[in-house]
Amino acid sequence: MSLRYLLQRLGTLLLVLIGVSILTFAIIPLVPGSPARVTLGVMATDASVAALEKQMGLDRPLPAQYWSWLSGIVLHGDFGKSLISGKPIAEQVRHRLPATLILAFTALLIGLLIAVPSGIISALRPGSARDLGVSIMSQIGVSIPDFWLGILLILVFAQYLHWLPSSGYAPISEGLGSYLKHIILPASTAGVISGSIMARFVRSAMMEVLGNDYVRTARAKGLAEGRVISKHVLRNAAITIVTIIGLQMATLLSSVVVVEIIFAWPGLGSMALTATLQRDYPVLQASVLLFAVSFAVINLLTDLSYVLLDPSVEYA
Amino acid sequence: MSDTALAAKAGETAPEEATGRRSMLRRALRHPLVITGSIIVLALALVAILGRWLAPYSPTAMNFNARFAPPSLAHLFGTDDFGRDVFSRVLYGAAVSFKVAFIAVGISGTVGVLLGLIAGFLGRWIDEIVMRVMDVLFAFPAVLLAITVMAILGRGVGNAMVAIAIVYIPIFARVTRGAVISVRGREFVTAARAMGQGSWRIMLRHVLPNSLGPIIVQTSLSLAFAILAEAALSFFGLGTQPPEPSWGRMLSEGRSFLHEAPWMGIFPGLAIMVSVLGFNLLGDGLRDVLDPRSSR
Repeated sequence: MSLRYLLQRLGTLLLVLIGVSILTFAIIPLVPGSPARVTLGVMATDASVAALEKQMGLDRPLPAQYWSWLSGIVLHGDFGKSLISGKPIAEQVRHRLPATLILAFTALLIGLLIAVPSGIISALRPGSARDLGVSIMSQIGVSIPDFWLGILLILVFAQYLHWLPSSGYAPISEGLGSYLKHIILPASTAGVISGSIMARFVRSAMMEVLGNDYVRTARAKGLAEGRVISKHVLRNAAITIVTIIGLQMATLLSSVVVVEIIFAWPGLGSMALTATLQRDYPVLQASVLLFAVSFAVINLLTDLSYVLLDPSVEYA
Repeated sequence: MSDTALAAKAGETAPEEATGRRSMLRRALRHPLVITGSIIVLALALVAILGRWLAPYSPTAMNFNARFAPPSLAHLFGTDDFGRDVFSRVLYGAAVSFKVAFIAVGISGTVGVLLGLIAGFLGRWIDEIVMRVMDVLFAFPAVLLAITVMAILGRGVGNAMVAIAIVYIPIFARVTRGAVISVRGREFVTAARAMGQGSWRIMLRHVLPNSLGPIIVQTSLSLAFAILAEAALSFFGLGTQPPEPSWGRMLSEGRSFLHEAPWMGIFPGLAIMVSVLGFNLLGDGLRDVLDPRSSR
C-alpha cells in the first residue's frame, strides 16, 4: 500500500468526520424550539428561558458554539449535559458504549457462524437442494424485519419457554451465565440478519475461487477436498470475506440500534431513541456522533484491509 | 467522422438499442426471481389499492366485546386490544406502507440520480463536492439517520417519507455516478459532444437512458428498505400516528400483548416480511438481467 494512498484515504476520512460533526452539531439549531425550553418546561417564562440560553452559550454565534462543542468532545471527551437529567453525557457514554460494542461483536460472530458454513455448503454444490435451501433461508433472513424477529424470539424463548430473559443487560462481572443469557436473544436477532446477508457474499466469493485453475490442479493432484477448501479456496476467498465483515460491521451497527430498543439493551442506540422521544438533543447528538465516527472509521479500515490483503488492488 | 455519421452515433443507434431493450425485457420476464418478486409485489399493490373495499371491517371500528379474539372465520387474523379487526387493519396498512415507500423512493431517486448524474458526468470539483457530501451522509447508520431527521422534523407520516428519502439519496447518487462513469466515455457521448450538444442534453438524452439498469435495480431494493424503514419508524412511535393503521405501529401495539394475543404481532410482521421479500426478489432478479457484473 503506497503512502500516497494511505494519506489520501486519511484525508478523505478527516473531511468526512468534519462533515459528520457539522451535521451532528446542526441538530440543535435545526430543531424547532429552544433546548432551554425543553429543560425548563413549557410553563417557563421567556426571561428564564433566555437566561438559561445565555448560560448554555446558545446566544453566541453558531461557529463559536460549534467550536466549543467540538473542542469539548475532542480535547476533553465532554459531550455536554443531558437536558433532562442534567448529568454529564460522557458518563452515560462510558456505560453505554461497551454495551453496544459487545452486542455488535457478538452479533457479528453469530452472523459469521451462520454465513461461512452455509456459504461454503452452498458454493460447493451450486444448484443442489442444499444450495436452494441456503438461498431461500438467506432471502428470508434478508427480508425479515429485525424488530419483528426480535419480538418472535422473545415470544418463543422468553414468554413460552421461559429459557431466556426478554430484555435487559447483565455485565460479564455479574457472572458469565447471566451475561450469556441476556445477550443471546439480542445478538441472535442482529446476527441472523447479517449472517443471511453475508452468506450470499461468502457463496459468491467461494464460487469465484472454486472456478480458478489452481483449485482444479489441487484436485487433480489428488488433494483431499477438505484440504483443497481450507488451503486453497478459503485462504483466497478471505479477501472478499474480510471486506464483507467490514461492510457488515457498518450495516450491523444500524441493526444494533433497533435491537437495543427492542431488548431494552442499555447501549447508544436505545439512548438515541429515548433522547429523540424526550427531545434531549445533546444526548442524541452524542449517540449520533459516536455511531457515525465508528461507521466512518470501520469503512476506512475495510478499504485499507482490502488493499493490504490483495496488493494488486489499489485505488487512484 | 462526417456530420451525418456523428448524428447517427449521437442518436445512439436507436434500432439496436430498442432490440437490446426488448431482449432484456424478454429475459427479465423469464427470470424466476423476477417472476416471483413481481407476483408478490403486484398482489400487494392490488391489496394496497383495493384494501378499503376488501376489508370486512373498518380498521378503526372498536368492539370491546370482541377484544383479543383469536383468528376465526369472523376475524381472519383475530382482533386487537380494542376489538379492532387485525385483518382489515393489515389490508389498510398496505396502502400506508406502499404510499410512504413509493413517495420516499421517488424523492430519493430523483434527487440522488440527478446528483449522481451531475457528479459522474461533469467530474472534477463538482464530483468531489457531491460525493464527499454523500460520504458524510453515508457515515450515519440508516435507522439512526432516519431517527435524527424525525427528531428535527417531528413525528408523522409525511416527515417519515422525507427522513427515508434523505437516507437513500446517497445510495442512488453513488449507483448513478458509477453507471454514468462507465457510459460517459462511450462513442455516442463523444459524438454528441462533437455535434455541439449541451451537457444537460447529453446527460438527459444519452447518458441517463444508458445508465438505467443499476438505477432500476436500486429502486426495487430501496422500496424494500423503505417499507422496512417506515415500519421501524412507526414501531418506534415516530412515523404513522394512531389511529391510522400501519404495520409497524400494529407490531408495536401487539408487542405489549404477545402472550395473550400473539396474532397482533405475527400478522403485521408477516405482511412486512412478504412485501420486503417481494421487492428484494424483484431487485435481485433485475440485477441478474440488467446489471450482471454486480450480481455474480
